[in-house]
Parts: sequence; C-alpha cells; structure tokens
Amino acid sequence: MINKIAASVAEALAGTPDGATVLIGGFGTAGIPNELIDGLIAQGARDLTIVNNNAGNGDTGLAALLKAGRVRKVICSFPRQADSYVFDGLYRSSRIELELVPQGNLAERLRAAGAGVGAFFTPTGYGTELAKNSDGSPKETREINGRHYVLEYPIHGDLALIKAERGDRWGNLVYRKAARNFGPVMATAARHTVATVHEVVELGALDPEAIVTPGIHVSKIVKIDRVATQAGGFKIAA
Amino acid sequence: MVIMSYQKRSKEALAQRVAQDIHDGTYVNLGIGQPTLVANHIPAGREVILQSENGILGMGPAPAPQDEDFDLINAGKQPVTLLPGGAYFHHADSFGMMRGGHLDICVLGAFQVSATGDLANWSTGEPGSIPAVGGAMDLAIGAKQTWVMMDLLTKKGESKVVAQCSYPLTGIACVKRIYTDLATLACTPQGLTLIDKVDGLDHAELEQLVGLPIQH
Repeated sequence: MINKIAASVAEALAGTPDGATVLIGGFGTAGIPNELIDGLIAQGARDLTIVNNNAGNGDTGLAALLKAGRVRKVICSFPRQADSYVFDGLYRSSRIELELVPQGNLAERLRAAGAGVGAFFTPTGYGTELAKNSDGSPKETREINGRHYVLEYPIHGDLALIKAERGDRWGNLVYRKAARNFGPVMATAARHTVATVHEVVELGALDPEAIVTPGIHVSKIVKIDRVATQAGGFKIAA
Repeated sequence: MVIMSYQKRSKEALAQRVAQDIHDGTYVNLGIGQPTLVANHIPAGREVILQSENGILGMGPAPAPQDEDFDLINAGKQPVTLLPGGAYFHHADSFGMMRGGHLDICVLGAFQVSATGDLANWSTGEPGSIPAVGGAMDLAIGAKQTWVMMDLLTKKGESKVVAQCSYPLTGIACVKRIYTDLATLACTPQGLTLIDKVDGLDHAELEQLVGLPIQH
C-alpha cells in the first residue's frame, strides 16, 4: 500500500544529507512551508544550497536557517528586501554565495529539471550582467530566427519543501490561490519532495480534473494545522 | 527664480495618461511601484485583464481592510482580490505567459531608457549593493509592448532618457514607449519620436532637456 502521509515533519525530513540542494517554495507571504524550514533547522543538515525566490526576511524561516550557518549558497531572484538583514550581513561578509537568477529563468530552470530537459535557450537576460557565469565568463548564446538567446541549465534539487492546501495518501496535491507559485515546478525538480497540507483527504476526494501536482512528484505529506497567521492564508483576525 | 511656462504631469495624471492607451480586451502586467497606479485609471467600459507574475490572471483591486487574504497577493506582496473569471497558475506557467509573448502590454518603472529602447531598471550598479532582479528581465522582453513610466529627469535634473544606458541593462531594445511627466516618447531603431508633450513645453526645450534629437 502506498501511504505518503508522514507522522511528523521530523520523519519526513530524516536523512537529509549535508551538501543537499533544497528547493523551497513560496513568494511573499504565500506558500512558504515554514514548518518544514523549521524542521530542516532541527534536522541539522549543513552546507546546503537553497533555491527560493528570496533569501529570507526577519529572523524566522529561511532567515533563521541562514543565521544558523547551514547555508553555503543561495540561488534566488530577489534577495534584497526591507528586512533581509540576515542574508545581507552574510553576503557582505562573504560568508554566503549568491547566484542571482531572473525569476522566470529560475522557474524555467526548475521546470527543465523536472521535465528532463538538458538545457534551454531563453531570451531573458540576453545582453545583461546575468548572462554571465559566476567566474564572469559569458554564458553560451545563440541567434535563432533573428532573436538572441542565452543557454540556461536546469536546477535539480535533492529535496523540495513546498506548501499545498490539500492532499491524499498517494501524494496528489491542490494548492490555494497565489500560494501555488513555485510549488508545482519545485515538486517535479527534486528527487524527494515534502509537502505540507492543511487537509488530508481520502483517495478519490480530490477532483482528478483539478489535481495540480500528481502524486508521482511527491514523496511525503505532512498535515499542519491551519493557524491564523499571514502565511496560513487566513484572514487576519479582527 | 525661473518661471516655467508648463506644468509637469502629476503621478496620478501620468497614470491616467498611460491608462488612456490601454485598450479594451488587453492583457496587461503592471510593474511594482508607480505602474500599479495605472489600474485605478482604466477608463470605464474597458475590460482589461491584469496579470501578476506570481500566478494570477484577472487580478482585482485591494480588498477592504480585514478582508485581506495573504495567500492572494500581488508581485509587490500586497493583498489583492481575484475578479470573477480570474485564474491561478504556477510560476513556470506565469513566466511562460510572459516570455511567450502572450501579454499585450507591460508597464515598468526605469532608471534609464535609451533612445532605441534599451532598459535599465534593476540595478544602479553601485559597488557593495546587494543585487536583486526579480521578474524585471522577464517582463522587459516578454510582452508584445513594453512601456516605461517615469519622471523624465532625475532629482539632479539629468535626463533619464539617454543615448546609451550607463546603469546595468535589464533588456536590449525592448521598450516601445516612454511615458513621462513632461512628454510621451516612442523608442525606435532610429531614435526617439514624439507622441505628446505637456502644454507650454516647446519641442526645442524638450530636446534640450533630453539632450537628444526627437522626431516630430
């Protein structure tokens, strides 16, 4: 019998190795798997490469993982925010590596990883600073039908941590509103995907026409009670 | 004291000017900051569908206080609403929609735009600053038309429309129109063309402010 429901975050994240590349979903307040990030801090893996749209803010979640010294490199599109001081400090003192990627290239590199695409030519970033490798050498380019493109490679994850709304024991997932963001592509791009859900339902209860992430892309599901926090998607209590 | 014979467009007036050119039935992405104001000025009777890079099509206005849902936010991370008929999709689909040329118009802010439409709006290239690009490069090159909305001059009075951008580029030859507080300009492979200017500003004066020839 297939049962991807894990009893706890700790069980779902057990065995995460040092040096892993961890894809973490979320955009702004929506879709951040906070409980899984806290679980990764407790689990103890070090020397991680983190892929996320941002690089953490405040002192919690991804910022806490960074602060704990567990992260070697961040791959993201927008590290600088009003309260990204943990990342800012580490970056300025050269204690963390940054690979800055245009947001659409980030999404497409993840998609390519999940879809078995070896590399792809994209017009985004052509002729800019971001069409360079980390050593400053230019990325490969090509002119196709009169338009210029940059060759970009997939980003494979060892682990993806994502937040969904509802799931079943086969790992099928649906999301909620704009909290979907990077979740579905990250789920396909990692060898092992852990999703939190607010509701676990019986097989067959999710409308097969509306399942966003088919269970084949999901390894573990952890049920997290909905809390009336901003990231939980609830209205702020009056 | 220099008495100017013309008045600059206010931020609201500029947003209104941009909105005038957004036709019924178009799919539009409004960048973070000043461009978001354009949504408030779409003329009545025009149905315009707004896209948000984080996976929303059919984005509606901000919710009433206490009705915010923090799973439903725009690219600037502010709570928004979804109009009836709206849809959610994931990030790769959202940026595919952009890169694939499916959006009619994208309105962005800018530090500099060149006469031929090169855009610089993501970094001032200041040493020691932390770089951040977000969706700027994807937006710049993706839509059928990319429009810039900005003040024509910096606080120091230098033109932000330039022969060649000195700030790091976001995209090459991607801007079609520049809407500013003093004039609206079209970028072409041959340089700038005038679309309109505020009353009382004569052509020679505008060319002097910009420091570049502007075709009538």
